[in-house]
Amino acid sequence: MSAHDNDAHGSYKSYLIGFGLSVVLTLIPFGLVIGEFEMSLPWAVGIIFGLGAIQILVHVHYFLHVTFRAENGWQFMSLVFTATLLFIVLAGSVWVMFHLNENMMPSHDQIERVRNLP
Amino acid sequence: MSSIAQKSGGLAKESEPGDDKPFQYHVFETEHDEEEHGHDTGTMLGFWIYLMSDCLIFGILFAVHAVLGQNYAAGPSPADLFEIEMILVSTAMLLFSSITYGFAVIAMQNDDKQGLVRWLLVTGGFGLAFLGLELYEFYHLWHLGATPMASAFLSSFYVLVGTHGLHVTAGCIWLAVLLSQVGMHGLTHENRRRIMCLSLFWHFLDLIWIGVFSFVYLTGVLI
Repeated sequence: MSAHDNDAHGSYKSYLIGFGLSVVLTLIPFGLVIGEFEMSLPWAVGIIFGLGAIQILVHVHYFLHVTFRAENGWQFMSLVFTATLLFIVLAGSVWVMFHLNENMMPSHDQIERVRNLP
Repeated sequence: MSSIAQKSGGLAKESEPGDDKPFQYHVFETEHDEEEHGHDTGTMLGFWIYLMSDCLIFGILFAVHAVLGQNYAAGPSPADLFEIEMILVSTAMLLFSSITYGFAVIAMQNDDKQGLVRWLLVTGGFGLAFLGLELYEFYHLWHLGATPMASAFLSSFYVLVGTHGLHVTAGCIWLAVLLSQVGMHGLTHENRRRIMCLSLFWHFLDLIWIGVFSFVYLTGVLI
């Protein structure tokens, strides 16, 4: 009974583990920005996003207590479904909105360049 | 007999005229899992699905910010506006409130009403501190002329961060109502279920905030 309770709603230990991991995963990206480390932009953004994603997983496990078995699996299923929708919405929006000019008429410069060809 | 059958969902097998067997009742009782408090009505799963729909709202606002976040319209950029040290403090407030809510839930499991109320009050305090910092930040930005009308970046910034702030406000009001409910009725079954629902809500808001500080603030300042 108590083991099950700890599994379902957490114990002091699991909350403290989640908290400790969250503190570390929060301080690293903030330290990166505040400390102004010499680092290329893609690396810095990659580290911030990667650690943020790990921290989200930490919260889902240690604070929200999502398990494969809770609510006969429906909790996990709805989470996966939502994550899929979020991926489609986010990736789709960025992909479409930053490629709006892909098949548009050539710009003035390009026309001039072609016209001046020998 | 028949009234029992009707109460249990009308799952009685109808008797046929030529059948000399007595009435047969098939009563299926849904399994009551006594070990899980508050799961027996489906409220927890329903609330979880609400949170997932809320997650989609935030996802769409994040997508809007990803698209519009660099259109400064000759106005201020994130690097000009955001004070990362202050965001770190408000992040800490929200993270502290998450763990104290966890302690409140543990106190509830131990039937410790005093402990529950104490930890809930601490949680509410951290939540209000977070809201105060956010309001101060908005006031400060507004004072600098960085209003939602200034650029598409600021419009999407205020909508995204403001929606999160409204959720935290709603959570604080819910917390206050819950405290008075616990004060009036004690640790009843219903109140335990409500506390578990608000627990999900509160941790979920902290989870959304991870996205906000990673994406809006930290990445915004770097780019």
